[in-house]
Amino acid sequence: MPEIKNYTMNFGPQHPAAHGVLRLVLELDGEVVMRADPHIGLLHRATEKLAEHKTYLQSLPYMDRLDYVSMLCNEHAYVQAIEKLAGIDVPIRAQYIRVMFDEVTRLLNHLMWLGAHGLDIGAMTVFLYCFREREDLMDAYEAVSGARMHAAYYRPGGVYRDLPDSMPQYQASKVHNEAAIKRMNANRQGSLLDFLEDFTQRFPKHVDEYETLLTDNRIWKQRTVGIGVLSPERAVALGVTGPMLRGSGVEWDLRKKQPYAVYDRLDFDIPVGVNGDTYDRYLVRVEEMRQSNRIIKQCIDWLRANPGPVITANHKYAPPARESMKQNMEELIHHFKLFTEGMHIAEGEAYAAVEHPKGEFGIYMISDGANKPYRLKIRAPGFVHLSTLDEMARGHMIADVVTIIGTQDIVFGEIDR
Amino acid sequence: MMTEKKSLREELTGLLGDKLVSLREALGETTIVIRASELPAVMVQLRDAEALRFAQLIDLCGVDYSEYRDWEGRRFAVVYHLLSHVHNRRLRVRVFAEDDDFPVVDSVAGIWPDANWFEREAFDFFGIIFTGHPDLRRILTDYGFVGNPFRKDFPLSGHVEMRYDPEQQRVVYQPVSIEPRVVTPRIIREENFGSN
Repeated sequence: MPEIKNYTMNFGPQHPAAHGVLRLVLELDGEVVMRADPHIGLLHRATEKLAEHKTYLQSLPYMDRLDYVSMLCNEHAYVQAIEKLAGIDVPIRAQYIRVMFDEVTRLLNHLMWLGAHGLDIGAMTVFLYCFREREDLMDAYEAVSGARMHAAYYRPGGVYRDLPDSMPQYQASKVHNEAAIKRMNANRQGSLLDFLEDFTQRFPKHVDEYETLLTDNRIWKQRTVGIGVLSPERAVALGVTGPMLRGSGVEWDLRKKQPYAVYDRLDFDIPVGVNGDTYDRYLVRVEEMRQSNRIIKQCIDWLRANPGPVITANHKYAPPARESMKQNMEELIHHFKLFTEGMHIAEGEAYAAVEHPKGEFGIYMISDGANKPYRLKIRAPGFVHLSTLDEMARGHMIADVVTIIGTQDIVFGEIDR
Repeated sequence: MMTEKKSLREELTGLLGDKLVSLREALGETTIVIRASELPAVMVQLRDAEALRFAQLIDLCGVDYSEYRDWEGRRFAVVYHLLSHVHNRRLRVRVFAEDDDFPVVDSVAGIWPDANWFEREAFDFFGIIFTGHPDLRRILTDYGFVGNPFRKDFPLSGHVEMRYDPEQQRVVYQPVSIEPRVVTPRIIREENFGSN
């Protein structure tokens, strides 16, 4: 019998299932993966270095571009690090708005993940379903910040502005007549909160639709059950966080265990898996979508009842109102200093972490008292998750590597930074 | 919460004794500094001691202190962020590399497997050597990259730029053509500036 040697194969960097620019060098024995060596950094933009050369406010939009499917959660960690270092008090309404948009972001991320993961392993329809709902959520982003994805909406000390009272409307065009436009605008007659409330009413039924397509689907189970199993002890040792950790049965969620913003005032549950395989992680994420929906509902109710300021009144960190700036010399100076020199943050160091849709996203910031951070380190969950790929993929078939990449919810914006 | 933090301080001082160079509590976070020579032993203690149980290495990063205000100390540090699920506590550990020109720190990849990639990153960006690391390669920079881009003496625009050369019909590297410029200068104000 001839001796067959292992051979290596390049997967990516231009592979549609690589979720971006992942180059994976696979050592194969037949179709079985013996070793996987991910080569990353093809999207490296040195965000951390750039942030050292920019004022605190100028770096904020970079955070959107890290994990570019969960934009506002990244910003939340960044502004929390600044607020912790500078000791800024955030108005309670701003914290509720942030939590609401964090959960909207979690839905955006999980919908993107579910659609792409389904597509990777052969379920086309769920992708179309997921993107239908994403469209509504992106409209919410757009209404509040003007951008569908890269919102740059959070600020140190609050959020940029209060929620809008009206939603943008569709206009009649060659492809849509008056009647169609009226139907499309039906849920956009009120404020942003009305629009989101309408969404939260519909959304659980949509999640049921995804589950009808996948949860008991024989092919889906064949592709996911028993694939990429992580034991709880191993998951902790490997530094895995977020749904990946919870899928292995470790009940750990920063929103519950180390609550930030107003998560300690909200009622929600943390789903936990049992077997630690791809299927359990799927179930965990789907249940997280239902829980996020619950949180959004509670935030909407609170925000309706409690008007108030949405950004701190400390003008060392937040700009004064436009009107008062025009009439008051002091505030004009504040405005000018804030947007030229930028804010100064007291000397020190802080680590702020949020429960990002993918795991623990942390910002470690060292300030030496200047108007720019001395060092900014972004702790990206995906970076750690991808480092476990070698261990998770060993002994599986090539096709399962795609499943494992999918279940890790890889986004290269945050891994390569 | 306060009593819990106090007990972390007590446990650390009790457990580590004179291995602890300094312990600082600020902004609700605990930071300890230890010596590079004692790093692996201390890290194993932090992970395994029943009262600490820092089972997860959340983050590891290099820091270059060469341009920090009026810094008088070693240039390179490695900062570890540890998390204990059992006790719900975090800890920051800082260790300074003894030699500024050739920074070397022991690897902790054998203690927490995820340190593998984090240490490759710190090696790539700061040139910190981790002895005992199983596979110390560059990770995020380009194949064949020269230099350590996150060191403070490395310019923001880099040293080389890449373009396609139609004559040679391949991608070539050449010295950067853009002038380095500073849009907003770095300013450190004196204490209490503008507070009255």
